Amino acid sequence: MRHHLVLRVVTKLLIPFILLFALYVQFHGDFGPGGGFQAGVIFASAFVLYALIYGVDKTLQVVPEDVLRVGIGLGVLIYGMTGIVPLFLGVPYLDYSPLAHSAPHGQENGIFSVEFGVGITVSSVMAMIFLQFASRGGKDDEDANGGGDET
Amino acid sequence: MNDWVGVYNYWIVVFLMMAGLYIVIARGNLIKKLVGLNVFQASVFILYISMGKIEGGTAPIIEPGIKVYTNPIPHVLILTAIVVGVATAAVGLALVVRINEEYGTIEEDELDELEEQERQT
Amino acid sequence: MAGTIYMIVRLHGLFAVVMLGGIYSLMAASMFVVLDAVDVAFTEAAVGAGISTVLMLGALALVKSEEKVAPQKVLFPLLTVLVTGAALIYGTLDMPHYGDPNAPINLHVAPTYLKDSLPQTLIPNVVTSVLASYRGYDTLGETTVILTAGVGVMMLLGGGRRRRRKKEKDEA
Repeated sequence: MRHHLVLRVVTKLLIPFILLFALYVQFHGDFGPGGGFQAGVIFASAFVLYALIYGVDKTLQVVPEDVLRVGIGLGVLIYGMTGIVPLFLGVPYLDYSPLAHSAPHGQENGIFSVEFGVGITVSSVMAMIFLQFASRGGKDDEDANGGGDET
Repeated sequence: MNDWVGVYNYWIVVFLMMAGLYIVIARGNLIKKLVGLNVFQASVFILYISMGKIEGGTAPIIEPGIKVYTNPIPHVLILTAIVVGVATAAVGLALVVRINEEYGTIEEDELDELEEQERQT
Repeated sequence: MAGTIYMIVRLHGLFAVVMLGGIYSLMAASMFVVLDAVDVAFTEAAVGAGISTVLMLGALALVKSEEKVAPQKVLFPLLTVLVTGAALIYGTLDMPHYGDPNAPINLHVAPTYLKDSLPQTLIPNVVTSVLASYRGYDTLGETTVILTAGVGVMMLLGGGRRRRRKKEKDEA
């Protein structure tokens, strides 16, 4: 029981930093490596870590399945909306130029919202897939690491 | 014959690709096939990224004072390909889990025998 | 990296095989850093060595975790692999040299993107600006593919919880 205690305390300390790092990678993707995909995956991995240590049921209490389902569609919706708004302003689809007072700032705003949408979708899908796998086995989903044999 | 001095690094990557392809074809266990597919995909990505490298260039992030950058277009394509690859791997794993529940095995030859028996009855 | 692949072929314990796959992805990520592809290395490390390995371990917990020991026929796959490899190597003989700045793929649109990205989008990271602005349609399609994969996994594996909850309701 002792090593479970160490794991639980360390996880509780680490998860806020993982989430913060995911947000940093998302919004700093304009100036360094990063962007929507990487940030989404890191964000989902925080939930995966929580589910591995505390169990799938508590994870589903923290983030219910309905939130993930909404999140999957919401990201693509944000992306599509960022494409349709320029249509109403008279320029082609997904042309971000009229979204601000000058064309380069419009591009910045467009890229920001598009990457945000991508980040939401990727994190929701990865977390949802893992939770589907983890909640599938009724009796043998406790320890995913204990099922292998080394030859 | 001095062409091949400049392209031998592609041969190394082709060797890695073929090794991954061998895992996919030669082994009957479905999970091993998926791992082999993962290895094959990663090697293909190395091939494409190494095609875009420029001698003396750096990462394609614009900084004042740096003149030569590596070609960013293969990076964009491979970024897309990586994430799509993991999405299809997830669907493939879900299929393997369902196959195991229905037939009780994930070895290819046992699955063939079970399908033959089902077709005959 | 070749040693990793050899061990994947030979081992029967699937847990070790999955871990070796993750190690291979991590080595590929470090090769990407050497080749100056930092965004790609980031994504490959997070996705290939992280999420992909975790999902395979999750699937492994639901199926048997040992490969069946059987005599493997190796002649036909080896032949296929050798023929394909020979064809690919024959193709690479026509390619421009590694790192050549005058290769055709480095002359078409890449210099335009590198030159115009900062004035037109005020974003230093060229990969992000190409991904989200210059090639925005492709990224929209890619996000839709991820959505479809999530929906596919939900459809394939989603019946379990509902069935179990219904069984509990019937028993109560």
